[in-house]
Amino acid sequence: MTKKQKKVLIRIITAAVLMVALELLPVTGYVRFVLFLVPYLILGYDILKKAVKGILNRQVFDENFLMAVATIGAIALGEYTEGAAVMLFYQIGELFQSYAVGKSRKNISELMDIRPDYANIERNGTLERVDPDEVEIGSIIVVQPGEKVPIDGVVIKGRSTLNTSALTGESLPREIEEGAEIISGCINMTGVLKIRTSKEFGESTVSKILELVENSSSKKSRSENFISKFARYYTPAVCGGAVVLAVLPPLVRLAAMGLSPEWSVWIYRALTFLVISCPCALVISIPLSFFAGIGGASKEGILVKGSNYLETLSQTRYVVFDKTGTLTQGVFEVSGIHHNRMEEQRLLEYAAHAESASSHPISRSLKEAYGKEIDRSRVTDVEEIGGNGVLAKVDGVRVAAGNDKLMEKLGVEYHPCHHVGTVVHVAIDGAYAGHILISDQLKPTAKEAVAALGRAKVERLVMLTGDAANVAKHTAEELNITEVYSQLLPADKVAKVEELLESKRGKAKLAFVGDGINDAPVLSRADIGIAMGALGSDAAIEAADVVLMDDDPVKIAKAIKISEKCMRIVYENIAFAIGIKMICLILGALGIANMWLAIFADVGVMVLAVLNAIRALFVKKL
Amino acid sequence: MKKSYKIEVDCANCANKMEEAAKKTPGVKDAVVNFMTLKMNVEFEEGQDAKTVMEAVRKNCKKIEDDCEIYL
Repeated sequence: MTKKQKKVLIRIITAAVLMVALELLPVTGYVRFVLFLVPYLILGYDILKKAVKGILNRQVFDENFLMAVATIGAIALGEYTEGAAVMLFYQIGELFQSYAVGKSRKNISELMDIRPDYANIERNGTLERVDPDEVEIGSIIVVQPGEKVPIDGVVIKGRSTLNTSALTGESLPREIEEGAEIISGCINMTGVLKIRTSKEFGESTVSKILELVENSSSKKSRSENFISKFARYYTPAVCGGAVVLAVLPPLVRLAAMGLSPEWSVWIYRALTFLVISCPCALVISIPLSFFAGIGGASKEGILVKGSNYLETLSQTRYVVFDKTGTLTQGVFEVSGIHHNRMEEQRLLEYAAHAESASSHPISRSLKEAYGKEIDRSRVTDVEEIGGNGVLAKVDGVRVAAGNDKLMEKLGVEYHPCHHVGTVVHVAIDGAYAGHILISDQLKPTAKEAVAALGRAKVERLVMLTGDAANVAKHTAEELNITEVYSQLLPADKVAKVEELLESKRGKAKLAFVGDGINDAPVLSRADIGIAMGALGSDAAIEAADVVLMDDDPVKIAKAIKISEKCMRIVYENIAFAIGIKMICLILGALGIANMWLAIFADVGVMVLAVLNAIRALFVKKL
Repeated sequence: MKKSYKIEVDCANCANKMEEAAKKTPGVKDAVVNFMTLKMNVEFEEGQDAKTVMEAVRKNCKKIEDDCEIYL
């Protein structure tokens, strides 16, 4: 609790004790009035003060003013207990609200506590802490175990494991070693790392993310706008109702029905209206729900740029994927070795060595699959045949590695491959030795991700890709995606998404998921653009509305579920708060609800709405 | 030109009122107050001096909610 809140708490407790004591004292008349003024003023002096200031500034519909009128009115009618009690519960409500809001602010900012406070720079053999802002590009910084990596760069010395959970929600540590790129915001866990910075602090990942998080929810959702508009009309309307209630029924009774006007009864009911007219319960719970929802999502490594996007996300019915890098890993790997006449490892060894001079991605995949150091001195007489493959001598043995055409050219009988991907045939000393299949691998969770989306309310899943038709079809079949469009250029993707946008009905929204590398136009064209694997990609962070920090496609369904939960809470709160207020207004007008009930309902609704809003933060099990 | 300011305000409805007041201040093209992050994002009209406009915004906000503060 802050100092301010503690002070209010002390005032509340003192006044409550005094009020209970006064109830038990057998005093009546003026003495009772004067005695009740003590707790009343202890509780309400600041509200009365603000009410006066409000009047001076012509703020008639100020809550403080309304509370002041209601309570002073009650006291004037001789309802001392009620006047003081309304003030008491009003203050309790305000205190609870400010405590709850402060608490969730703190919780959520702690979640995103990734801001590094300093960077270590080595000067004259000693480590010096400097402001990360002052570190120039190309400087060498040192990150010790337990410290946050302050600036993006490349590791030039040391190996370690990194905890990226604050960024990605992924609890598995990442290994890092010399030569690898390192992203700011990770926590270095085991070894000392020397890093050459490649960006300024302001351009580093951690700064970009913080900027995004801090500016999120500045774009308000329709629900938020609705509620603030509602509040703008609600208070004046209820106050108007109060005036009518205080004046009209007594006059009607007096003039038309010849009954006694019962002024005090109707004024009391009007004052009950004023107690209910305060819109704070409504107004607080909606932004708090969104804030908690965005906070909960960011804990899972899902950054949502505003509450409007959270709202849109919950209405997602079409999900359009980019294939490469989104559903597949976007790196080519050896996925099979077939018809081999020798050990797989041996075949790989020959192929990798033969291709070692080439910088082609295929040669890289072969090297990776081989997994051992390539000894270039074993390779002689390398001859690259453009578009076909390579001829070379490895350990003096003639090796040919390439496609069907190469084999035909050499007159070697080969086994065509019926799998999808790039095929490297290998012939050794002119005899066929088998082929190696290289293909883009599905992400391990891609299948699960598609299935999870199917379970969500998503109606249509579409895959777009620039790849060849057979590769695209194969991937889609494996993932159970029925709609595939292949061989698309980036501009075609935009056109396709526009076509899909046209075809959807009503409130359904279309989400496009890409890796952000060359699909920025599509990301911004879709109702909601989701960029994944955004760690280290500024372009993606900028173009997308929702950013998945790691590249796990399962998070797409998770993001939708989080948004649905959040929106459910928002609607619950709107319906609940407005509903209870309306019921209280009706009961108050009929004289069934007294001021006690009105203030209980008012504070109670707020407490429940706030507690409900905080539920949006818990998204782990979704 | 857009700028972000830190604010101090106790209730959500007051934050909405501040937003209204800021929007109505001459020189302000658009303003958004975020109660949860306690920030006010102001977009100024072309050729306006942010500092003088913000003084006016602050004054207008003080009028509707005495207890608020904008840190310029």
